[in-house]
Amino acid sequence: MSVDKEKGIYLKLFSSFLRIGAFTFGGGWAMISLIQREVVENRKWIAREEFLDLLAVAQSLPGILAVNISVAVGDKLRGMRGSVAAALGTILPSFLIILTIAIFLTPDLIQNNRIIAAIFSGIRPAVVALIVAPVITSAKSAKIGWKTVWIPVVAALLIWSKLPVISNPILYVVLGALGGYLWLRRQEKRLGIAKMDTATPGQTDALDKDEKEDGL
Amino acid sequence: MIYLKLIWSYLKIGLFGFGGGYAMLSLIEREIVGSGWITPKMFTDIVAISQMTPGPIGINSATYIGYVAPIHAGYDSPLWGLLGSVVCTLVVILPSFLLVAFTSHLISKHKESVVIRGIFSGLRPVVIGLIASAALLLMNGENFGTETNEIFISVIIAVAALATVLFTKIHPILVIILSGIAGLIIYY
Repeated sequence: MSVDKEKGIYLKLFSSFLRIGAFTFGGGWAMISLIQREVVENRKWIAREEFLDLLAVAQSLPGILAVNISVAVGDKLRGMRGSVAAALGTILPSFLIILTIAIFLTPDLIQNNRIIAAIFSGIRPAVVALIVAPVITSAKSAKIGWKTVWIPVVAALLIWSKLPVISNPILYVVLGALGGYLWLRRQEKRLGIAKMDTATPGQTDALDKDEKEDGL
Repeated sequence: MIYLKLIWSYLKIGLFGFGGGYAMLSLIEREIVGSGWITPKMFTDIVAISQMTPGPIGINSATYIGYVAPIHAGYDSPLWGLLGSVVCTLVVILPSFLLVAFTSHLISKHKESVVIRGIFSGLRPVVIGLIASAALLLMNGENFGTETNEIFISVIIAVAALATVLFTKIHPILVIILSGIAGLIIYY
């Protein structure tokens, strides 16, 4: 049966992504491999190469990676309605689980229940450590060297400074995108297209690797 | 009107959140804690809860903050919280729909172009800075304590957790559970 005529495909899209959303801890790259297995190998909706193309697009766009890839897969199969079915499947488990937690584990309870407060006092520093870890691993895999290390350092310190305007993370996303484009354009003009690849600070696969390690 | 403000904040988070969950945290922190909707402590707790439950951190935090923020602002009914949850979760994924629908053809067609490659070579180091800024923002008295004893214990927990994640294959969820147990033993 061809994908174009497959019956109940919206429900299948929804349930496939629902299962993936319910059982993947950490989102992002942890989800991608499961999504690939489901849509390429199990359901045979999309060829492997096509999936990799969709993944490249999903990765380039802002927003939540797992949502982007489910929207892209749904869009490929059935346009906007397919996107909605797939994305709702992806977010529904998180939504229901977190809603339940929000209803019962209220901020007041975390603050005032002695047992829960003690547990969270231990957890909070560990959470900070779990965010420091991907900084180190992704700096390695993105091939950050002495010439580029100032970029993350300056951005991090200025965002942390809480000063008006210059502490806005959006500013650095825009500046990074703009600066990267201008820099690469200059490099191309100077070196010619043949030497391009060696001139970029990190290859595209470096990003793949670091996000896999982040798991988020 | 807190819902309109939440919508505006989550639109920004969905539109400018590059580089995955951790990189989005400083943006979420600025929009949500900066607006006074939740305390810095609550923010860290939400990150912890997101790490221990399935699903992307962007969705988890939108759902939790959407529920808590209206109640914290005085809309004292679970229904207002539910509405906030639904609104924030849908708004944070809205840009994904529009961008995939309208830009995916452009991106896949021009992915080898100087513009696209340039943009991503510039974003890569910035994303690392974004994650680092989230870590810096969270290294505060709310999370590490204000008394010497507490800070000392917190630093030990943080260093142990970092070493475990970097040098062993122990899962981060287990690291959180173990540090929770440590907290229970030490502080209870």
